[in-house]
Amino acid sequence: MLEIHNLTHTYGTGPGAHEALGGVDLKVAEGELVCIVGPSGCGKSTLLRSIAGLLRPTGGEILFQGDPVERTPDNLAVVFQDYSRSLFPWMSVADNVALPLRRKGMDGRQRRQAALDALEQVDLAGAGGKYPWELSGGMQQRASIARAIAYRPTLMLMDEPFGSVDAQTREDLEDLVLRVRAKHGMTILLITHDIDESVYVGDRVIVLSKAPAKVVSDLRVQLPGPRDQITTREHPGFVQLRAEVGRLVRGRQGQAASTG
Amino acid sequence: MILSLLGRLGRLWIVPVALAVWELAAREARAVYFPPPSGIALHVYELWFSGPPARLFLTDDAVAHILPSLGRLLLGWSAACLLGVVAGVALGRSARLSQYLSPLIHFARSLPPPVLLPVFLVLVGVGTPLQLAGIVFGVVWPVLINSIDGARYIDRQYLDTAQVFGLSRRERLTRVILPAAAPKIFAGLRLSVALALIMMIISELLGSTEGVGYRLLIAQSQLDILTMWAATLLLGVLGILFNAAFLAVERRVLGWHRAAL
Repeated sequence: MLEIHNLTHTYGTGPGAHEALGGVDLKVAEGELVCIVGPSGCGKSTLLRSIAGLLRPTGGEILFQGDPVERTPDNLAVVFQDYSRSLFPWMSVADNVALPLRRKGMDGRQRRQAALDALEQVDLAGAGGKYPWELSGGMQQRASIARAIAYRPTLMLMDEPFGSVDAQTREDLEDLVLRVRAKHGMTILLITHDIDESVYVGDRVIVLSKAPAKVVSDLRVQLPGPRDQITTREHPGFVQLRAEVGRLVRGRQGQAASTG
Repeated sequence: MILSLLGRLGRLWIVPVALAVWELAAREARAVYFPPPSGIALHVYELWFSGPPARLFLTDDAVAHILPSLGRLLLGWSAACLLGVVAGVALGRSARLSQYLSPLIHFARSLPPPVLLPVFLVLVGVGTPLQLAGIVFGVVWPVLINSIDGARYIDRQYLDTAQVFGLSRRERLTRVILPAAAPKIFAGLRLSVALALIMMIISELLGSTEGVGYRLLIAQSQLDILTMWAATLLLGVLGILFNAAFLAVERRVLGWHRAAL
């Protein structure tokens, strides 16, 4: 459903130019949950912004459901890392969730209902009338996930969505993403710098090199489901895979053990 | 909470003391030019607020001078705010438009509005059009400049979010850009409230036959000291009332902004 061919992007021109993407190739199938990891500053966000149509890459091609991405495709939602600047502070949480639904042809009552349903799915049933800044960080990120769910995208992009919450909240939100995927069957592309998270959540882990980013490795995660924060993380397959991803991210591919 | 209440009481407590000192000093001085506040208040009442109940106690003099001034003030201020916000948001969102027009804007806003009143007199004639032109020109700049600023520097992520979720142009403007720019816009509006009162008076000093400013001018020429003081007191009270009303509206509209900080 998503195909990326030889994607390149360079910021600026001349001697000060910064080459962020150095030819990324990637295919994502319908219903997959793909995690992208890489060293910080490697161009992960540039890749996500290109897919979301927020940035026009300098080279290569992105096909979403067969069509080249010119501007933000319909049926695509993004959960940004910085929830405090992604939810609008002048609207209630429910209004934030309902705002994008007008173009789906829903009337006011349907939008309201869809927003409340989505908030319930992220365990924020009572928070619809509050303002985003009245909620904790984790709750705000739940609200922006609810906004993405209510929008019913076929592809959900998540840009380091749990980078600014505490460890406990992070685990809860990881499980929330797994539940959402199971319930709605949407395709999810999750960018993270957390190696454990990528292995725990993903069906596949794509490792990017330092900038200019290229795909270093494409690993299939084969762990017994359903995933569980305790048992999955102590599974030998998990331990081995996270070690491998860790080596790849740090750029010591030579020492990596091969996995099936 | 308690401290702020005490602070507020403290400020109010100074008012009667200041009035008492003024009263005593004026009585002691017995100068024609320096009447006691009680005399001024009595004159304000007799001159403007001792009319029939059916006319809300307004006297003929109040109807002839205060009402036209207030009407022009509100009309001129509203027109200037509308113009300033609409043009400001358009300029703030369009880098090209703003590049073309900013030299003109900076020239025009540097001109002291009273200097331009004779020019407006030639252009629009005497009376209400002149006063309206004076008020609008005097008031529009802080609104315009702050609206440009507010609309230009909107958090990138707000706009990204609007684009990703496919908001229409209209939704983007009314639900994202205007609210995001509102704190700056209101800062400009607040400056303009005080300016509007000043321009209301100044614009009535030329080519006018009615209004508080005109009344003040006549009183000065007739050495009617008590009426001069009465007009001064009235303007002070009007200034406080407009500012309080504006703050009440601002608190409602920008409640999220204060609380989110």
